[in-house]
Amino acid sequence: MTSFWSWWIILLTTTNVVLVTWLLFANRTTTLGGGQTTGHIYDGIEEYDNPLPGWWFQMFVVTIVFAVGYVAYYPGMGNFKGFGGWTSLGEYQEEMAEAETKYGPIYAKFNTMSVEDVAKDEQAVQMGQRIFSNNCSLCHGSDARGSFGFPNLTDGSWLYGGTADAIKTSVSEGRKGQMPAWGAVIGEQGVTDVTAYVRSLSGLETDADANQLASGKKVYDATCSACHGTDGTGNQALGAPNLADNSWLYGSSPARVAYTIRTGRNGVMPAWKDIIGEDRVHLVSAYIYSLSDK
Amino acid sequence: MNHDIVEKNIGLMIVGIVIAISFGGLVEIVPLFFQDETTQPVAGLKPNNALQLEGRDIYIREGCVGCHSQMIRPFRAETERYGHYSVAGESVYDHPFLWGSKRTGPDLARVGQRYSDDWHRVHLINPRDVVPASIMPAYPFLAENKLTGKYTAAKMKALRIVGVPYTDEDIAGAADAVRGKTELDAIVAYLQNLGTVITQKR
Repeated sequence: MTSFWSWWIILLTTTNVVLVTWLLFANRTTTLGGGQTTGHIYDGIEEYDNPLPGWWFQMFVVTIVFAVGYVAYYPGMGNFKGFGGWTSLGEYQEEMAEAETKYGPIYAKFNTMSVEDVAKDEQAVQMGQRIFSNNCSLCHGSDARGSFGFPNLTDGSWLYGGTADAIKTSVSEGRKGQMPAWGAVIGEQGVTDVTAYVRSLSGLETDADANQLASGKKVYDATCSACHGTDGTGNQALGAPNLADNSWLYGSSPARVAYTIRTGRNGVMPAWKDIIGEDRVHLVSAYIYSLSDK
Repeated sequence: MNHDIVEKNIGLMIVGIVIAISFGGLVEIVPLFFQDETTQPVAGLKPNNALQLEGRDIYIREGCVGCHSQMIRPFRAETERYGHYSVAGESVYDHPFLWGSKRTGPDLARVGQRYSDDWHRVHLINPRDVVPASIMPAYPFLAENKLTGKYTAAKMKALRIVGVPYTDEDIAGAADAVRGKTELDAIVAYLQNLGTVITQKR
C-alpha cells in the first residue's frame, strides 16, 4: 500500500474514533438540567432531557477502548502491522504446519509401503475411503460402483488395468479414453451390423441372422479390431474396453451400442496428482485396489 | 451540548448521518480501488473467451451464485477440499464478481478441470444420475437451448470499457464462436475454466 493510502486510512480511522468519543462525552451533560422536561408533549407523554444511563455510557467507552486496542494489536492502521504480528496468511500457514506435524508421519509411513500392502492396512483403507468420498465419488459413486459413463471400480473389470501400478497411474495422471465416431466411415448399415456382431461376442445378441453377423464381423475386423482386438477382448494399454465380457460402460442395449459406435465416446479421468497430492493418491489408489482385490 | 439543533433541523441531521456512515466505506472500500493486489490480474489470467462468457451469463441467469460460492478462504478445511485459497487478482476481469456468500452446494472457485466435461453434462441435465443424494435442481433445457451469439460481441465491448482486455479480433469472432453451441456447452466451458490459473502443487 502506498503511504498516501496508508495515511488516508490512519487519519480517517483516528478522526472517526475521536469524533465518536467527543460525541459521547459531549452528551454527558444536559442543557436543561436533570429532572426538567423539554416541554415536548405527545399523547400525554412528556420528554426528559437526561444523559445516557451510566451502564450504557460505560459500554460505549468499552467499545472505544476495545477499538483502540484492536487496531494496536491487529493490522488495520494502514501499513502498520500491529503489535501482535498477526496475518491471515500466517494463521493459515500455522494451521497447515500443525496438520503436517500431526498427519505427515502417517502419510510418510504409508508412502514407504507398496500400494498392495497399504490396501491391507485398515487405517489406510479408511483414510483412502474418505479421500475417495470427497473427490472421486462424484463420478464413481459413493460405493465406487460407477454409473453410466463412469466405470465401476469394484467389479474387477478394468479399462486400463487393475494392478496397483495401473490404478495409481490412472488416479495420478488421469486417462483420456477416445472412441472415434465411426458413423460416417462405416455407414448406418455398418453400424447396425457391427452392433449385432459386438453384442454377439458376449452372447447378448439373439435376433441377428448369420448374414448380418458375418457382415458385422467383416466391418469389425477392418475397423475395430486394431484397438479392441480380433477376439474383442480389448487392450488395456489403449484403454480399449473388453467387448466380450458383461461390463458395459455406456450400456449394452442395441441403441446404446449403436450410438457409441456411430458418434464415439470420450471418457476423461482427470489427473489428481496436483489436486490432492502424491500422498493421497497413494492412499486412495490402495483403497480402490482393496475394493476388487478380494 | 444542545442536541435540539440536529433534532429539529432534518437537513443538518441528514448531513451528519452521511458523514457518520461514510467513514467505513472511505476506510475499508475506497483504498481497494487503488491497490495492485486488487486491480492487477494474477500472472496468466485470461479473460473468458466468447463461449465461456456466455456460460458465465447463464450461470448468472440460473442463479447458481445463490447456492455456490466462488471464494475459497485461507483455512485448511477449505483448501484441503477445494484447492489453493482464492486471491483478489483472479477476479479482476469479473464484472460483477460471483464470490457469493452461501454454500448450499460446494464452492466452485476451482472446479475447472476437476471433473470431465461428460460429468458436467450428465450432472447439469440431472444431478441425481451421478450424485444420488444431490439436491441441486436439474437443468435439462440447457442442452436444448441454442446460443445465437446476438449479444456476445456487445457484451465483450461493454466489458472492454470497464477494463477487460478483449482484442478487436476477439470481439469480431465472438458471434461465430458461440453460434449453434448449446447453453450446456457454454456453461461447461465456463466451469472448466474456473480457477485454473492457480493450481495447487503439493
